[in-house]
Amino acid sequence: MDVRVTSEPFDPGAEANAFIARTQGAGAAVTFTGIVRSKAEDPILALELECYVDLAQAQITAILAEAASRFSLLDATVIHRHGRLVPGEPIMQVMTAAPHREDAFRGAEFLMDYLKTDAPFWKKEVTPTGERWVEAKAEDDEARERWGQ
Amino acid sequence: MKVLYFAWLRERLNKGEEEVSPPAQVATVGDLIGWLAAEDEAAELAFAKRHLIRAAVDGKLATHETPVAGAEVVAFFPPMTGG
Repeated sequence: MDVRVTSEPFDPGAEANAFIARTQGAGAAVTFTGIVRSKAEDPILALELECYVDLAQAQITAILAEAASRFSLLDATVIHRHGRLVPGEPIMQVMTAAPHREDAFRGAEFLMDYLKTDAPFWKKEVTPTGERWVEAKAEDDEARERWGQ
Repeated sequence: MKVLYFAWLRERLNKGEEEVSPPAQVATVGDLIGWLAAEDEAAELAFAKRHLIRAAVDGKLATHETPVAGAEVVAFFPPMTGG
């Protein structure tokens, strides 16, 4: 299990290869990369991610442990960036390994849903006309709720 | 007690952290919000939407009912938007 909260860029492909190479006994590995998106009709110049680093590390570590026990994960990694990112840059990566694909997929989805609502990051969009904080979405809370407590 | 602020709370208060010494009757996170909000107009506005204020006490997520007696660090922030 590995948690990395970092302001440094990371290489999603290299991370995936290293993760798969060190995982023993898995039949499935799922890797998900979140990317900074700029919409054509509402473009952004950059995304500034503020982070409470100590709490993020603790929260993600706890969420990983929960995911591992629920979905029999053999290994899991979360990488999450903070600081200033530009569109197209990887913002986060979730990787899970399990004996079978269903647990690997579900474990990754569970981690994604919890990261949206329970990891202390705050996104601010820098647009051509100014800056705005991204508001938390009700559907993110609903996505998290489906996993129960 | 050290208090930390993040995201728009930090911007509205124009500070990321401060040392405070609340009186003994400030027993919970909610009490502390009320006490901080009474400090000045900027604080009153920043904390106006109480339902949007999340907190952590000594590095653990908390609710407005969580006790703050003896706490070393209390953090306040809006709903999280990670992932």
